Amino acid sequence: MQKRYWNEYQKDIADDRYFYERSCIRQTFFPGSEAAFLKILREELGKDICDNPHQHTCTGIGYHSDVVPLETTMTIVARLFSLMKECGYENYVPSCVTSFGIFTEMTVKWEHNPELKEKARQYLWDACKREFEVPANIAHPSDIIYKFRFDLKPRMKYQLVNRFTGKPLRVVEHIGCHYAKIFPERGIGNAEFPYVLAGMIEAWGGEVVDYPERRHCCGFGFRQYLVQENRGYSIANTKKKFQSMEPYEPDFIVTNCPGCSMFMDKWQYTIAEMEHKTFDKEGYGIPVLTYEEMTGLLLGYDPWTLGLQIHQVQCERLLDKIGIRYNPDEKYKGISGRILPRPLKPECLRV
Amino acid sequence: MKYAIIGAGPAGIEAASVLAAHGKEVTLFEKAPSPLKNIADKAFLFPNFAPADEMVQTLDKKLQNELITVLYDTEITDLSRVALTGTVESYGDYAATMPQSSFAIPSEWKLTDAKGHTYFANKVLVTTGYTPFDAHRKEELGYGIYKGIHTSIEMEKMIRHKLFFLMIRRPPRRIVFLQCVGSRDEKSGNHYCSKVCCVTAVKQAIEVKKLLPNTDVFVFYMDLRMWGQGFEEMYRQSQETYGVRFVRGRISEASGTFDGRVQIKAEDTLMGLPMKMTTDLLVLMVGMEASEGTRQIGHSCNICGDYGFIHTIDPHLQDNLTSHKDLYAAGTCKRPMSLTDSVNDARAAALAMLDS
Repeated sequence: MQKRYWNEYQKDIADDRYFYERSCIRQTFFPGSEAAFLKILREELGKDICDNPHQHTCTGIGYHSDVVPLETTMTIVARLFSLMKECGYENYVPSCVTSFGIFTEMTVKWEHNPELKEKARQYLWDACKREFEVPANIAHPSDIIYKFRFDLKPRMKYQLVNRFTGKPLRVVEHIGCHYAKIFPERGIGNAEFPYVLAGMIEAWGGEVVDYPERRHCCGFGFRQYLVQENRGYSIANTKKKFQSMEPYEPDFIVTNCPGCSMFMDKWQYTIAEMEHKTFDKEGYGIPVLTYEEMTGLLLGYDPWTLGLQIHQVQCERLLDKIGIRYNPDEKYKGISGRILPRPLKPECLRV
Repeated sequence: MKYAIIGAGPAGIEAASVLAAHGKEVTLFEKAPSPLKNIADKAFLFPNFAPADEMVQTLDKKLQNELITVLYDTEITDLSRVALTGTVESYGDYAATMPQSSFAIPSEWKLTDAKGHTYFANKVLVTTGYTPFDAHRKEELGYGIYKGIHTSIEMEKMIRHKLFFLMIRRPPRRIVFLQCVGSRDEKSGNHYCSKVCCVTAVKQAIEVKKLLPNTDVFVFYMDLRMWGQGFEEMYRQSQETYGVRFVRGRISEASGTFDGRVQIKAEDTLMGLPMKMTTDLLVLMVGMEASEGTRQIGHSCNICGDYGFIHTIDPHLQDNLTSHKDLYAAGTCKRPMSLTDSVNDARAAALAMLDS
């Protein structure tokens, strides 16, 4: 890379008083990520963030799969905004990249078509007698971590540096399509060279891997994986990305989208089973972290509290490289203190 | 009668030589330290592959005329009408709305340069020309980010100086040209065709094949506009004689590969298939945009047209006249045009200045 023009693309991100909206699927696949984000904001940065228990889906997956009509999505979005209003907040922070895309899309639609906004008001009133206001600011949580990356750095116990070689870790960053590909100007760094994760990696000592298929889909295209017959397309996309990044020998992958994290992690197992192929030299696969997990690890949070044991590709080798201390005996220790049964080992992917 | 021409490119020089041939004294203002900046690094001219040097020398000779004075390093930043009494009058919008015949106040043009010096002339010709599109703005094409991605301007220099196979470790196995970079393009805001890129790509592809016959050359295009005499024949020759391959489709993305080459993604719209290709050089055929000088004069005199080019009264019969009396325009400051058209347009402008 010679120049980095994407540094010039920036966006407004609120400083404080956020209303958090959780993802439908993240707590299943990355159970510690959202809790880590709330902890980072509250305890590390001293910010006010509301985690309202009455929230629900944004309809994003159904909307983009053409099974949920626009009117329903508008009403659902309006209800979520009404929760924010009720709590007295005006800065909306949706955990999921697709939700971020949905909320941005609806607000832009309403801005350009005020009659749709009035319809949404009416639908919401008819459905549950509630009222809403459009947020003053919509930012993805990765935007917020990016914004405060230099404030977090002094609090970090570790850096993205290989302690055995002293060299920066090589990190593949992958941005969810709905973060900037729908509205490029709403993403840090625009759509071609998004900088939101790259900025964190560089600030915290790592090196971003710029590989040819960097912008290619992770394989989470909704129509590719929802229809079982199309899943070949999904895994083919993922494989294409991994083949492209393989020569660069990345130490790990970090993403800001629930689907990207899930598919890039779990399809590595599937590809290994199908083709006996892994994309690191030693057969362990390339660990995939969410940006909250990456931040939490560097801040010294316990890997098992962050939920890294739930990942398909296991992360101990990465933890060792960074020098993060962990207790292997507590990997499968439940909240009650009981040691849970160990999962079966895959045949091809080493764990 | 004093004549001033702003811009010592091909159009400015040609117009000056026509005026001088009719016994008129002309002052040429050029912001650069030498003339013909945009063609000085060209190798050959389409469609006859005449060395560009010959054209440069011919035009340069035309400046060797005692009636022509050239002021280099002189950037005209403001133009205004001055009543002959010496008072500066701002005609601006008023002038734009007045028919020329009713504009009878005895006045002349006052030209002010960047250093604050002023000059006066009765008639002024604007030939401030174009600037190549800045390919950095199409960041998906990786210009300035990855090695091996160059503009057509740089390619011309490489051909001229036979440098392009020295810039990389080994002679290129494949070179890809991409048309319409910054032209006919929604993202960059330029909806117009830059007119010369199609034939320039064909010309450069042939030149590459002459120098490196074993290199594969591809040209990605939307549609090829071979509008000039001999252009279509060149296009045919490039395929039949030189084996240049043309793919109808735009490149959506270029990235660097592990071994320092360039990977491109495109859609072959004739085959209806997406395609991926690795190349050693990607040449971006950059379009023309109004130069900074053109925009400055356009705003200064309120004759700024679409996309920052100079607006003339009528594209058919009064294409060198502006809405101001005694202010004319010629060449690529009005719109993209070829060198041939630009020079012809300058002659027409000179004759219009002599007629009025």
